[in-house]
Amino acid sequence: MTDLTKTPTDSVPGEPMVRAEGVRKSYGLVEVLKGIDLEVRPREVFCLIGPSGSGKSTFLRCINHLEKINGGLLSVDGELVGYRRKGDRLYELRDREVALKRRDIGMVFQRFNLFPHMTAIENVIEAPVQVKGESKADARERGMALLERVGLSDKAKSYPSQLSGGQQQRVAIARALAMKPKLMLFDEPTSALDPELVGEVLDVMRGLAEEGMTMIVVTHEMGFAREVGDALVFMDGGVVVESGNPREVLTNPQHERTRSFLSKVL
Amino acid sequence: MNHSDQGEAHPGRPETLKAVPVRHPGRWAGAVVVAVLAAMLLHALIFNPAFQWDVVNTYLFDSSIVHGLGVTLELTALSMIMGVAGGIILAVMRLSPNPLLSGTAWFYIWVFRGTPVLVQLVFWNFMGALWPKLSIGIPFGPEFWSESTNTLIPVFTAALLGLGLNEAAYMAEIVRGGIQSVDEGQTEAAHALGMSRFATMRRIILPQAMRVIIPPTGNETISMLKTTSLVSVIALEELFRAGQNIYSRTFQTIPLLITVSLWYLFLTSVLTIGQYYVERYYARGTTRTLPPTPMQRVRRMFAGKPTPKADHDVVPGLEGGGHV
Repeated sequence: MTDLTKTPTDSVPGEPMVRAEGVRKSYGLVEVLKGIDLEVRPREVFCLIGPSGSGKSTFLRCINHLEKINGGLLSVDGELVGYRRKGDRLYELRDREVALKRRDIGMVFQRFNLFPHMTAIENVIEAPVQVKGESKADARERGMALLERVGLSDKAKSYPSQLSGGQQQRVAIARALAMKPKLMLFDEPTSALDPELVGEVLDVMRGLAEEGMTMIVVTHEMGFAREVGDALVFMDGGVVVESGNPREVLTNPQHERTRSFLSKVL
Repeated sequence: MNHSDQGEAHPGRPETLKAVPVRHPGRWAGAVVVAVLAAMLLHALIFNPAFQWDVVNTYLFDSSIVHGLGVTLELTALSMIMGVAGGIILAVMRLSPNPLLSGTAWFYIWVFRGTPVLVQLVFWNFMGALWPKLSIGIPFGPEFWSESTNTLIPVFTAALLGLGLNEAAYMAEIVRGGIQSVDEGQTEAAHALGMSRFATMRRIILPQAMRVIIPPTGNETISMLKTTSLVSVIALEELFRAGQNIYSRTFQTIPLLITVSLWYLFLTSVLTIGQYYVERYYARGTTRTLPPTPMQRVRRMFAGKPTPKADHDVVPGLEGGGHV
C-alpha cells in the first residue's frame, strides 16, 4: 500500500523543493557541515539519519535559516535561504524578509517548544493571527480542525503542562500546519518521548505524508524511514556518506560506516 | 517485603495500621517563648507614655498627612510606571544585536545605577542652575522654542525624574534576567513560525519572563514606596515631609514618626497582597493546578468542604498488595 502511494511521487519531475550545493557551516573553528549536496523533491518524505553530532539537525536548521550557512548554496522552492543573489554577489536578507520566507516552512522540534503560557488552541492560532493577520474566529475554526486532525480536539483548552509528551508534539505539529506550509521540517520529533507515545506522533506524520506534504525528517525511527520514507540520507562527520531509497539503504548499506551505524540502531 | 512481615506480626488486617505524623515539640516551646516576648513588646508599646498614642490617633487622618499620603502614592505609581516601561525598553536594547542600542543601554544603566538616588534627586532639582534654559532647535544652530528650566521641571517633576529614571536602570537588569530565563527554544519556535523579533518578544518571551520579573518588581514597588520619603530633601510634601512639618511645629516627633510608619506599613501590606495575585496570574500554565488563595480557603471552610491537605492516614499494604 505504501509503495502504491509512493510510486508516482518518485517519478515527479520539476524543480526540487530543497536544493543544497556544497553547504558548509562552522561554529568557530569546528566545521559541522563540510559541503552537503542533496535535493528534496516536492511531495517527498526525506529522512536524515546518522549518529549524534553528524550535523543532521544543524543542516535541518539551516533550511529555515535558524542557522546561518558559511558556504555553498541552499535554496527552498527555487529561492535562496537567507540571501538574495545579484550577479555574483549574495546579499544577506533583513530579519523581516527572512521571517516572510519562514511562513512557508513548518518546523517541529525535539523538545516540542510549545508556548507554555498559552492553551493548545492559542498555540495553534498564534502565528496565523499575529503573522498573517487572520481574524481570531477564522483562525480558531481552522485551528480546531487541525487539532481534530491530530486527535486532540478535546484538549484545545489545556495548557502544554497538562498534556503528555505525545500530545504536546501533536499540538506542535498542528501549530506548524496552521501556517499552511509547503515544507515541514521534523527535528527528531519522537526522541524526547516515552516509547509508548512514539506511535501516536508517527501516525500523524504518516497521515501528513499520505496527503503529499513535503517532509524532511531527522529521525532515529528506522521503521518509519523504511515504511514512509521516499529518500534517505546517512550523514556522519558533516558529510553525506550514503543516500538512496530507504528500503535499499537500510537493508543493504554500501558503506562500512553506514553498516556499523545501522548494526547498532536496528 | 516489609509489609508482609508486619502483616504477620499483627494478626489484624494490614489496612488498619495508623501512620503517625512527625511530632514537633520544639515548635510548641518556641511558640510559648515568642508569645511571652510579644506580650512584653505590646506592654512596652501601650504603657510607655512617650509614644503618645492619643497624638498618633489625632494625626492619623489629619488633612496634611492624608494629602502627603496622596502625593506618596502618586509618586510611587508614576515612578514605577516610568521604571517598568523604561526598564523593559533598556533590557530589550541591551539584548539587541545592534551595538549602538546595547551600548547606549549599558551606559545608561552604568550611570543611573552607579550614583545614589538621593544625589540624582538633588541634581534634577538643581537642573536650573546647570542649564537655566532648555530649548528645541538645530544642534549648534538656531533655536525654535525655549523655556526656563525651573518652569519646565517643577519640584514634583524633578522628584519623578529622579526616582523614575533611577528605577528604570534597576528594572532593566530585572527584566533582562527574566528575558534570559526563557528557554531559547521559545524564540526558535516563534521565529520558525515567521514571527518577527518584536512580535516574539511581546507575545512569547515577555509574558513568560513576567513570572521571573514580577516578584522582584513587587519588591521594587514596595521599596519605591519607602524611597519616595527621600524626596522630602527637595521639599516636596509627601507623607514623610508632611509628618516632619507637623513635628517641627509641635515637637511631637515620636508620635508623628509612628503615624507615618503606620501608613507606610499599611500600604506595603496592601501591595504585598496585590503582588500575590499578580504572581498567581502569571503562573498559569506552569503548574498543573494552582493552590487555593486564602480567600478561597476561607470560603471553602464555611462551605464545609475540607481543604486538600497531606494525607494523615496512610494505608500500608494497599499499594504493596500484589506482593503479599
